Amino acid sequence: MSDMVVLRKEGLYCVPGDFFIDPWRPVDRAVITHAHADHARIGHKQYLASRAGAGILRARLGEISLDALEYGESITHHGVKLSLHPAGHVLGSAQLRMEHCGEVWVASGDYKLEADGTCAPFESVRCDTFITESTFGMPIYRWQPQADIFDDINAWWRANAQQGRTSVVFCYAFGKAQRILQGLDVSIGPIVSHGAVAPLNRLYREAGVALPPTLAVGEVTDKAELKRALVLAPPSASGSTWMRRFGDYSDAFASGWMRLRGARRRRGVDRGFVLSDHADWPGLLSAIEACGARRIIVTHGQIPIMVRWLQQKGMDAGAFATEYGGEEEVAVAPETELLTELPTELTPASASAPASGGDADA
Amino acid sequence: MRDFSHLYAELDATTATHRKLDALKTYFSRVEAADAAWAVYFLAGGKPRHAVPTKLLRHCAMHYAQIDEWLFDECYHAVGDLAETIAHILPPAAHTDDLGLARWMQERITPLRGADVEVIRSALFAYWNQLDWQGRFLLTKLIGGGFRVGVSKLLVTRALADVAQVDAKLVAQRLVGWTDGNTHPTAAGFADLIAPPSDADHQQRGGQPYPFFLAHPLQLDPASLGDVADWQVEWKYDGIRAQLVHRQQRSWLWSRGEELITDRFPELAQLPLPDGTVIDGEIVIRRGEVIAPFAELQKRIGRKILPAKMLAEYPAAIIAYDLLELDGEDLRGMPQAQRRALLEQLIAGFSTPTSTLVLAPLIAATDWQALAALRATSRERGVEGMMLKAKESHYGIGRTKNVGTWWKWKIDPYSVDAVLIYAQSGHGRRASLYTDYTFAVWDDDPDSTSGERKLVPFAKAYSGLTDAEIARVDQIIRKHTIEKFGPVRSVQPTMVFEIGFEGIAASSRHKAGIAVRFPRILRIRDDKPITEADTLSSLKTLLSAAASSSEEIHAPKVA
Repeated sequence: MSDMVVLRKEGLYCVPGDFFIDPWRPVDRAVITHAHADHARIGHKQYLASRAGAGILRARLGEISLDALEYGESITHHGVKLSLHPAGHVLGSAQLRMEHCGEVWVASGDYKLEADGTCAPFESVRCDTFITESTFGMPIYRWQPQADIFDDINAWWRANAQQGRTSVVFCYAFGKAQRILQGLDVSIGPIVSHGAVAPLNRLYREAGVALPPTLAVGEVTDKAELKRALVLAPPSASGSTWMRRFGDYSDAFASGWMRLRGARRRRGVDRGFVLSDHADWPGLLSAIEACGARRIIVTHGQIPIMVRWLQQKGMDAGAFATEYGGEEEVAVAPETELLTELPTELTPASASAPASGGDADA
Repeated sequence: MRDFSHLYAELDATTATHRKLDALKTYFSRVEAADAAWAVYFLAGGKPRHAVPTKLLRHCAMHYAQIDEWLFDECYHAVGDLAETIAHILPPAAHTDDLGLARWMQERITPLRGADVEVIRSALFAYWNQLDWQGRFLLTKLIGGGFRVGVSKLLVTRALADVAQVDAKLVAQRLVGWTDGNTHPTAAGFADLIAPPSDADHQQRGGQPYPFFLAHPLQLDPASLGDVADWQVEWKYDGIRAQLVHRQQRSWLWSRGEELITDRFPELAQLPLPDGTVIDGEIVIRRGEVIAPFAELQKRIGRKILPAKMLAEYPAAIIAYDLLELDGEDLRGMPQAQRRALLEQLIAGFSTPTSTLVLAPLIAATDWQALAALRATSRERGVEGMMLKAKESHYGIGRTKNVGTWWKWKIDPYSVDAVLIYAQSGHGRRASLYTDYTFAVWDDDPDSTSGERKLVPFAKAYSGLTDAEIARVDQIIRKHTIEKFGPVRSVQPTMVFEIGFEGIAASSRHKAGIAVRFPRILRIRDDKPITEADTLSSLKTLLSAAASSSEEIHAPKVA
């Protein structure tokens, strides 16, 4: 039997279904796994995405022709039964299940195994072939439980607040920022959102995700209050004039890449919090194991390493060279993470720094 | 170990000096003296010998993590640090640790040296199973002698002085030699380090040297230093800075790294100095009136056993330029000019002149311009430039400027334009970035008709670029890679760099037939096409000029 999904210049293509998955060039029909900019692009004629992610997708891509599916709900298209299942990556993120002539393929998009309160938790989907991401597909990447990381963030914030120093956490505006928000101890001080983060908070709240109250920086009129505040800002705000108002602040970067001392030192921040929206090495391996697939196709990240490892374990493993993520270089060259800009309707007037789209997030 | 590992994490997490100081003070006032003693040893730069061979350490880690060598190597290349790689790949520990640093060192780490492979393996497995990642990271650093953290010895000194309420200068004095490989940190030693001042501090104990006073590079126009007559000017020699201590009819020779090197230079240890004398100077290889290039001194540094032939072929001398102690009196509070006068008297007083102890000649000039003209002859004289020492300056501690300043006024380096042909990713902060480059020059002149020109590698350089430039070069390397060999990439020759270096010598071990000293990148030559890079013959011209000079014609005259 020929492969259900193949790689074309436009992106991953489902042959019997005649549609693309997260294509990077304009196509007629696109299934979008999640709204990060490297997976969700403008210019397609018809979109299909999860209901939970529809709001954000519309906000980021503007006027698009979009069909939405509830998680687990299925439709049949050209004889292919499609359904979307939670990927636990960001709000609305989904794995795409495709069933045709009794064979099942699943495309993971980006995923994370540890459940957090900002999106539906990852569900393992049984399949014959699993197309998996591999952003952190190396044994050096092992995450601690997020509760430990939130304890660290809160302890750092508390110590800064006591010393009268604003705490600034740089993180991707879509997904990571909201996850951190949920983990913050609001008794320590006020929480300020950068103009690139605030609209996403609003979209999460509209989707029914409970987040603690946040303020725009202009709404904090008392200087002393600002000193006790925790600020969530996109990485692109670092070094911008927007930061000047905080005077002597302590800064941190929240990302899976912060696992490596070299990456943290290159960032030049006081603290690196190892918090990722992607699966770590044990997570990738357990997801691959749990889906029961005989065949694994690895996309963006550490492709050669994952493929070699899986083959060594006796699995039928191959790769698709996609244009997702910033590839391996994302980890090392900070400037490549500054990413694409948000569509204009989301660009906050108050933000003097260019807003980060937060894709290729980590 | 847990306390020390927390301290390490705190020091590593911040770049602010006051936060580092606070962390050190908190640590020293909290832990046991024996643990503090070892912490001082490591923080002040102590490097114990490898307790476990690196290869075995790697194999044990792979075994414990159950990953293959290829995967370990991939991880290592991504991380750029062996200890960190090991710490990251190991599965979580089942136990916790609360043994102090001193007991870790004495009971667990030191006994591993020379132990059986299986003993080492089971010990490492047990230790790894009780440490968190920070502890595991530190363990490898302590085992491998690669411990480094961003604090200066001066900062450690300040923290100890603050905790003990003792003058920092006194602590610095007591701390000298603390990291020498032959001594072991003890609780009693730590107690002495932070004890209130006593008579014992005045009577110099044994062969203890003084903290070295260090020079600053002169970036400004020397005319800004005022009247040339206020400065004592000497040549800057390319040797080993050292203190020769003579007390109680014995000599001790200390290198600038505070290592005891008496055994390496027996001819200096045998100098008949009066009791209670400390001389500061430069060790060189000297034949008659000629000072040999540094490469010859290097041949002696590494040798533990010195056959008579070696001593005869490479005779060492100390060029004395300062006197820190005379008749047991500490002279460091005396002005430079006065110390110099006493040094001259001391050397003149020798009944038989010796070629092993020579007085550094002073350079006289009526104005800065004349001095600059003399400095321009440095290369012909085989020296690195000049030292400018304020005649009024006292002898300070380390790189201080509060009691007068020493300036090093070095000559500009040699420079050639070379082409980047190989790149390798760096370590630590530069892991996964291509930062370590190999440069080549053409083997022939552009007008030569003898066929195709080839690029010959001649130097590796790692430093000199800004972070932004590194990022740019990194991108170009990735785009122009020809082949990958493990961590190394061969790169299509497209970029020209100006490479600076301090010295040049013939070498049979290098493809180009020459070896250069301290190569570094001066700038990127975007304006130059690769065809206009320098040639091997231009390097050979530099070589022959260098060789003829320092061996025959204008070698610096000493004494």
